[in-house]
Amino acid sequence: MMTLKDKIAFNCHRIAGGRAGGEALFSSDDICFYLVEPATGVVIEKDHALEGRSIAGKVLIFPSGKGSSVVQADGLYQLARQGKGPAAMIIQHPDTVLVASAIIMEVPLVDKADGLFYKLVNDGDYIDIDADEGRIVLEANPKIKADQKI
Amino acid sequence: MDLTSEEKDMLCGEFGPGIATAMKVLVAIGEAFGAEKMVEISRAHVALSNQEADLWFVEKVVGGGAVCRVSPTVNPGFNLEYFQNVNVVNPEDAAVLKRTRSAYKAIGATLTYNCTPYLEKNIPRYGEITAYSESSATPYINSVYGARTNRESAQSALCAAVTGRTPLYGFLLDENRGGTVLVEVKAELKNDFDYQLLGYCVPKKTGPGVPVFTGMPSVISPESLMNLGAQLNTAGAVSLYHIVGVTPEAPTLEAAFHGEKPLRSVVVNDQDLKEIHDAISARGGKIDFVMFGCPHFTITQVGEIVRLLDGRNFSVEFWVLTSSLTRELARRMGYLEIIEDAGGHIVDDTCIDQPCWRHLYGKKGVTDSPKCAYYTRRRNMEFAIRSLPDCVEAAVRGKA
Repeated sequence: MMTLKDKIAFNCHRIAGGRAGGEALFSSDDICFYLVEPATGVVIEKDHALEGRSIAGKVLIFPSGKGSSVVQADGLYQLARQGKGPAAMIIQHPDTVLVASAIIMEVPLVDKADGLFYKLVNDGDYIDIDADEGRIVLEANPKIKADQKI
Repeated sequence: MDLTSEEKDMLCGEFGPGIATAMKVLVAIGEAFGAEKMVEISRAHVALSNQEADLWFVEKVVGGGAVCRVSPTVNPGFNLEYFQNVNVVNPEDAAVLKRTRSAYKAIGATLTYNCTPYLEKNIPRYGEITAYSESSATPYINSVYGARTNRESAQSALCAAVTGRTPLYGFLLDENRGGTVLVEVKAELKNDFDYQLLGYCVPKKTGPGVPVFTGMPSVISPESLMNLGAQLNTAGAVSLYHIVGVTPEAPTLEAAFHGEKPLRSVVVNDQDLKEIHDAISARGGKIDFVMFGCPHFTITQVGEIVRLLDGRNFSVEFWVLTSSLTRELARRMGYLEIIEDAGGHIVDDTCIDQPCWRHLYGKKGVTDSPKCAYYTRRRNMEFAIRSLPDCVEAAVRGKA
């Protein structure tokens, strides 16, 4: 069993620059930001891994973007205007639509995080991302019991 | 990235701030994907959305003095004049649409307002380097024509149109165009609708990758291919696929995979199509309206509606969204008169995901397109998803 006691830094690769921090929120499903309610940041997509949960201010960890070529930017823009957008995003499979949207909307976006990061991270942990430096700092949330960890 | 002196001048603002913004975005994308240089494009399609982010960005670029070097075709917003005749259009919605039209006109776009540019007006040749956005367009031009585009966003495609450049990476390079996942189709594909379901169920089964289909019919209609690509790229992010024996980069299975082994293999059978249909469709019953044209209907599909209607009338609101060319063809061929006499509408320049449909929010419709049902969740519209003939019957009977 792995447990996280201190802050650990991981390498990653910058896609959209910037620095931001927030609570980790993991999605096993790809995300389409158009199917997130702008007023609340709550995912409204039916049967989505995050359906009913808010992404507002979170560091979102998900495989990839999905959806039409306009909706990621429109979705992120409306969320940003209401202050309900993600703080930063960590992905595995970059696609141009999400990449371009994050660059234009100035939401820090990275990929190629070390494999160990995915083993250690839990929802609610605190993550600080410096995309320009290619660094993710993970800090365990003490409220999450050690036995819930992977 | 290794930029030419002209590209460096674009980036530094020698051609004005609009071009500089566009080049800055393209360089950032290029760096994210490890592109070494830019390449020139000869075509582009911008998936104009007539929404806030779209308008904000195009106004920023055109306000900075940019005019497109390669004039892109553009997606639909809504046909303001048509809807002002049949409904009350909210003044704010009308104002946004007018600003969108004026910004795209000023930037030098070709104002087609159509989401199937690959069937009319903007058809690339094999191997041509382009920048297309719009979910049904990128798979069609990559896969069916063998032209080359990445899965552009509306904004990255606009940047490419403005600068005449795109970073060289991804699907523009030979080595990334090979298939990665094998999809053995054992389901019977009886009509265009089955391709909607096939497209929608594949990304969940395969995960990310370039699907290679086997077991498909050797003759496939343009409408089926349009549906397949639209749904592949809605349910997932699939902008390139191959069909062995059908699409140009897949004369054989080996060629489709560039001689490599598939990373994964999946089988799609009739049960998979049925399960995805049940999962994404609202239950049948009484409906308030019928919506066709996501993507825009072809003249063949409009003709099929007329044939199936067979002189009857619609009992609920009935809409066909299409291009201005198809609407004109429908007028010439007598289809428009028949559909209008039966109580229906054929409207051009219009997308389902637009504020002109406020009167349908909270109502239940039927459509043949999973993509239509997916994006309208934001607008609180509910859809039963049915084949085209079943939709026409539902329109006549008022229930699905």
